[in-house]
Amino acid sequence: MKPGTTSAACVALLRRDLALTWRRRGDALNPLLFAVIVVALFPFALGPEAQVLERIAAGTIFVAVLLAALLSLDSLFRSDLDDGSLEQLVLSPHPLSLLLACKIAIHWLTTALPLIAIAPLLAMLLHLPDSVLPVLLAALALATPLLSLIGAICVALTVALRRSGMLLTLLVLPLIVPVLIFGAGACNAAQAGLPYAAPLLWLGAWLVLALVLAPLATAAALKISLT
Amino acid sequence: MSAIDPADPPPLLAARALAYARNEEPIFGPLDFSLAAGEVVLIEGDNGSGKTTLLKVLSGLLEPTAGEVLLNGVHLTLAKLSHQVALLGHLPGMKLELTTLQNLRFAVGLGGIRPGITPAIALASVGLAGYEDQPLRLLSAGQKKRVALARLLLVPAALWLLDEPYANLDREGIELVNRLLLMHAQRGGAALITSHGAYAYTSGTPRRIALRATTAEPAGREAGA
Amino acid sequence: MNPLVLWFHKLGSPPYFYRFAGRFLPWLYAIALVSGAIGLYGGLVVAPADYQQGDSFRMIYVHVPCAWMSLFVYAFMAANAFVALVWRIKLSETLAMASAPVGAAFTFITLVTGSLWGKPMWGTWWTWDARLTSELVLLFLYLGVIGLYHAIEDVRQAARAAAFLALIGVVNLPIVHYSVVWWNTLHQGQTVSLMGQSKISQSMLWPLLTMAFATHVYFFASLLARARAALLALESGKDWVRAIALAQPTREASAHG
Repeated sequence: MKPGTTSAACVALLRRDLALTWRRRGDALNPLLFAVIVVALFPFALGPEAQVLERIAAGTIFVAVLLAALLSLDSLFRSDLDDGSLEQLVLSPHPLSLLLACKIAIHWLTTALPLIAIAPLLAMLLHLPDSVLPVLLAALALATPLLSLIGAICVALTVALRRSGMLLTLLVLPLIVPVLIFGAGACNAAQAGLPYAAPLLWLGAWLVLALVLAPLATAAALKISLT
Repeated sequence: MSAIDPADPPPLLAARALAYARNEEPIFGPLDFSLAAGEVVLIEGDNGSGKTTLLKVLSGLLEPTAGEVLLNGVHLTLAKLSHQVALLGHLPGMKLELTTLQNLRFAVGLGGIRPGITPAIALASVGLAGYEDQPLRLLSAGQKKRVALARLLLVPAALWLLDEPYANLDREGIELVNRLLLMHAQRGGAALITSHGAYAYTSGTPRRIALRATTAEPAGREAGA
Repeated sequence: MNPLVLWFHKLGSPPYFYRFAGRFLPWLYAIALVSGAIGLYGGLVVAPADYQQGDSFRMIYVHVPCAWMSLFVYAFMAANAFVALVWRIKLSETLAMASAPVGAAFTFITLVTGSLWGKPMWGTWWTWDARLTSELVLLFLYLGVIGLYHAIEDVRQAARAAAFLALIGVVNLPIVHYSVVWWNTLHQGQTVSLMGQSKISQSMLWPLLTMAFATHVYFFASLLARARAALLALESGKDWVRAIALAQPTREASAHG
C-alpha cells in the first residue's frame, strides 16, 4: 500500500481550493468592495481637495487593503473546520506545514492579489501621484503575503472559537504594525522624493523569513487548537 | 518496527491504560484493548460517554492524558501520523460545493490510493454510480454518508475508525456498511465502530468494548454525571 | 541528583508549589511594601527637583520601574511559555498565564504615567514617541494573550495557545521597536525623553533603583498569589486541594469566589 506523495497531496489541495474559490466567486468580491468603500469614505470625511487626499493616499490605501485582507482572513480555515476537512488535513501523513502553506498561498492569490489589482483604482480616487504608484504596488505585493502568513498563525490559534472576529483583529494588529510602518513608509518616502529601497528590502527580508517560519508556526498553532 | 519477534506479530492496534481528561475531568479510561487484523470491534456507550473522543485519541488527533496507543507495535503520536489509519467522523470532511468525484479525487491526493481501485469504481460500489458529477449539496444525508464510505474504500488504510457509521442510513445503507466492513476484515483490515446502541453489524459476533455502560471505574462514572 | 535540580523538580509539583508560595507570600508583600515606601519617599521627598523638568520629573519613580517591569514580565512570561510548550510543565503554564495580567497592568501604568508626564512637558496628553508607541503595541500583545487565554474553554489548551502567542510576540517585539524608531525618526519625533540624556545624579538614582526592586518583588508576590488561586481552580478535582478545602472551608470558598 502506498500513501501517495506529498507533492500529489499539495497539488490536490491547490486544485480543490481553487475549484472551491471558483464556486464561491461571489464571496471573493467582498474584500474588494470593502476596500473601495473604505477608501471612498475618506474624501467625504476630509473634503475633496486634491492636496489633502494626495498626502494621505498611500497610507489610506495601505490601511484599507490590510483591513480588507484581515476581514477575509477568518475564512482561511473556517469552512475546512466546519466540514471536518481540517481534521483530515491534520491526519494526513504529509507535513502539515506544507499543506497549510498551499492553503495560505491560495488564500493570498484569491483575496490579496485582486486587492493589489484594484490598488491603481484606489490610488486614482485619492490622487496618488503616478510616480508613487509602482512603489505602492511593490510595497503591497510584499506586505499582503506577510499579512496572510502572519495572519494564518493567528487564525490557527483562534480557529476553534465560534466568534473569533474581534479577538483575531487584536492578535493580528500588534504583529502587523511593522509591516504597515515599512510599507506605507516606503510610499511616503517615494512621495517625498526620498530613497525608498531600504524599507522595501526590509519587507522582502521579512517575507522570506515568514515564508519559511510562518507555515511551521501555523501548523504548530493548529495542532494546539485542535488537540 | 524493529525488535519485534516475527513469530508473534504485534496487534494492528493496541491501547495501554489509555485515558483522556478534559479540564482535569476524565472523559474515558483507563482502557486496555487490542485489535488484530481481520477484526471488527464495536465500541458501545451512551451519548457523552467519550466514544468520539476515544476515536480521536486512537487516530492520533488528540493526545491521551495517560497511557499510549500502539499501531503495529509502534507508538502513535500526532507528530508521526500513520497513513494506515482512516477516520470517519461526524463531519464527512467533504465540500458541498464540489462534485462527488472531485471530493474523492482530493481524498486520494491527500491519502493515497489502494491498488486496483479508482474513485469511479468506489462510487459504484457504494451504490452511487451515475452521481459522479453531482455536487455534494444536492445529495441526501444518506448519500453523503455513502460518499464518505467510498473515501474509505479508496485510501490505503488498514485501520478504519468509524464514528456512528450507521447514522442517517436506510436498511440498504446499513447492509452496505456491513458488507464493506466484512470485505475490509477479510482482506486483513480492521475496524473500530462506535454505536450508541442501535447496533446493526450482523456478520459474526464482533467483540464489544463498553464505555462506561458496564465499567466499574469510579472516575468513568463521574465523567458523564 | 543535584539538590538544586531536585528542588526545581519538587517545585514543579502543584501541591508543593502551593505550600512553598503560601509560605513566602507574606514576606514578599512586606518587602515590596517597605521598599516601595522607602523608594517613594526618596523619590518624592528626598531627591531634588530636576533643574529642567522641575517636579514633574518625579514621575520617573513610577513610570520607569513600570516600563522596566512591562518588559521584564513579558520576558518572564515568554520564558515560562517556552518551558510550558516544550516540556509541558503545568506549573509553567500557570505562571505564564498568571503573569500576563500583571504585565498588562504595568504596561498600562507606564502608558498613563507617560501621558501624565507628557502634558506639562510636551503640552499634549499623547505623543507618538517611539517608546510610548512600542509600549502601546506591547499592551496590545498582552491583551491578545489574555484575550486568547480567556476565549478558549479548555484551560490547558487555552494556556498552550496563549503561550504560543506570547512566543510569537517575542519575535515581534524587537521588530516593532526598531520599526517604530525608524518611523519616528522619519517623522521627527520628540527630542526630550522622560529619562533624559544627562547623567542622573546619585540622590535621584537610589530611589529609582529601590522602586525597581520593589516592583520586582511586588510582581513575584502577586504572581505567586495568582498562581496559587489558578492552581486551586485547575486541580480542583485532586486530593491535595480537597485536603486544603476540608481543612479551611472558609478560605477555600473565598479562593473560588
